[in-house]
Amino acid sequence: MRSRQLRARDMLRGDLEGEELERYVEERVVMTNFDKMLGWARSNSIFPLTFGLACCAIEGIPMAAVTARYDIARFGAEAGRASPRQADLIILSGRVSIKMAPIIRRLYDQMLEPKWAISMGACSSSGGMFSNYAVVQGAEKFMPIDVHVPGCPPRPEAVLYGFTKLQRKIQGNPDQGWRARYGAHGTEEWARGGPRGEPSAEAAKAYLAARELIVSA
Amino acid sequence: MPDAPGLELIRGEIEQDHPGAVLDTGFEHGCASLAIDPAHVLGVLGWLRDAPGQGYRFLSSLHAADYLPAEPRFAVHYELLNRDRVERIRVKALLADPGEDSLPEIDSCVELFPTAEFQEREAYDFFGIVFNGHPDLTRILLPEDYVGWPQRRDFPVGGEPVTFTYNERNYG
Ligand code: SF4
Repeated sequence: MRSRQLRARDMLRGDLEGEELERYVEERVVMTNFDKMLGWARSNSIFPLTFGLACCAIEGIPMAAVTARYDIARFGAEAGRASPRQADLIILSGRVSIKMAPIIRRLYDQMLEPKWAISMGACSSSGGMFSNYAVVQGAEKFMPIDVHVPGCPPRPEAVLYGFTKLQRKIQGNPDQGWRARYGAHGTEEWARGGPRGEPSAEAAKAYLAARELIVSA
Repeated sequence: MPDAPGLELIRGEIEQDHPGAVLDTGFEHGCASLAIDPAHVLGVLGWLRDAPGQGYRFLSSLHAADYLPAEPRFAVHYELLNRDRVERIRVKALLADPGEDSLPEIDSCVELFPTAEFQEREAYDFFGIVFNGHPDLTRILLPEDYVGWPQRRDFPVGGEPVTFTYNERNYG
C-alpha cells in the first residue's frame, strides 16, 4: 500500500520513468472508446416510466423494482419517472387492450430517443390466455419491443434478468440466446423442418387449420 | 326473498294493474324471479319500487344475457333489493331478436333508478340492446368506433391461433 502511494507521488512529481511508468499506466488506466463508455453510462442510468397495465404491474413491477429484496436500484434504474418525456424505458406490464393500445403508442412516441421497451409477461408479448375481442395479440403489433420476459407473471428474477439483457443490448453487446449458445437453430416450434427464419410447410398448414377452427367455432 | 306463494301474490297484484305483464315466475339459484314482457318493464319496476308493502327501492344490478338458441333470445335482468327486509327479487325482461339489421329495444329505467345509467350503457356496449329514453346511450368500455356486440354468443372469439406442435400433428 505504502509503496503504491509513494509511486503515485513519484509519478505526480515526474520522477517515474521508463518501465516503471509503463507499469504504472497499465495498472491504472482503462482503455475504451467513447461509444462504449456512453453505452455503459446509459445502461446503468435508465429511468423507467412509472406505468402499469394489469396484474403484472401489481405483482411483478413492485416486487422487482421497489422492494428491497430484489431492488432494481442495484442496476441504476430506481428513479421511476411519471412523465414519458423524462423516461428511457417503458415496461409493458400486462395485457394491452385495443382501447389502451393507441394511448401506449402515444406514450412511447413521447419518450425521447434513445428509448427502449420491455414487454413483461405472456399477455403483452402474445396476448397470453386472452385470445379474445378486447386484447391486442402482442404489443409488437403497434410498437417495437427490445426484450420479452415470459411468465404469468414473470418472477422478479426474470424481470431483472430481462433488464440486465437490455443493459447488455444498450452497451452494444447483445446476448446470444440459448439457441445460439447450444447450436440449436432450427428447433423452433414454428420452424421445424423449414428453412431457418420461415415456418415449415406443415407448420403453415397447421396454422391455417387452427385458424379455421377458431374462426368457424 | 319472497317465498313461492308470496311470489304468486306479487304476480297477481301486478296483473291487476298491468294485465299480461308477467309471463312466468320461478326460482333460480335461490332467488325469486319474474319473467316479464319488455313492454311493461317500467310499470313492473315502478310498482315493485313504490307499491305499499313492496319497497324494492334499490337496483343492485342491471345486466343483459344472450340465451341463444332459446327464444326469446335476449334478456335484461334487474336485480332489485329491499334494504329494510334484505329481500331480493329478480326481474327478467325477455327480448326477442329482431334480426340481423336491427337491435332489440327496451325502455330505459334511468328515471326510476339513476344507477342504471352506466349499467344500461354497458349492456348496450356488449349486447347491442337499445334502451329507449336513456340520456346518453354510447359505448362505455369498448372504443367508440368498435364494430359488433362482443358478448353475444354468435360473436367470433377472435385472437390468433398458435402453431404448437400439437396443432401441427393433429390438424396439420
Ligand atoms: S401475463 Fe399473467 S400476470 Fe401478466 S398481465 Fe397477463 S395474466 Fe396478468
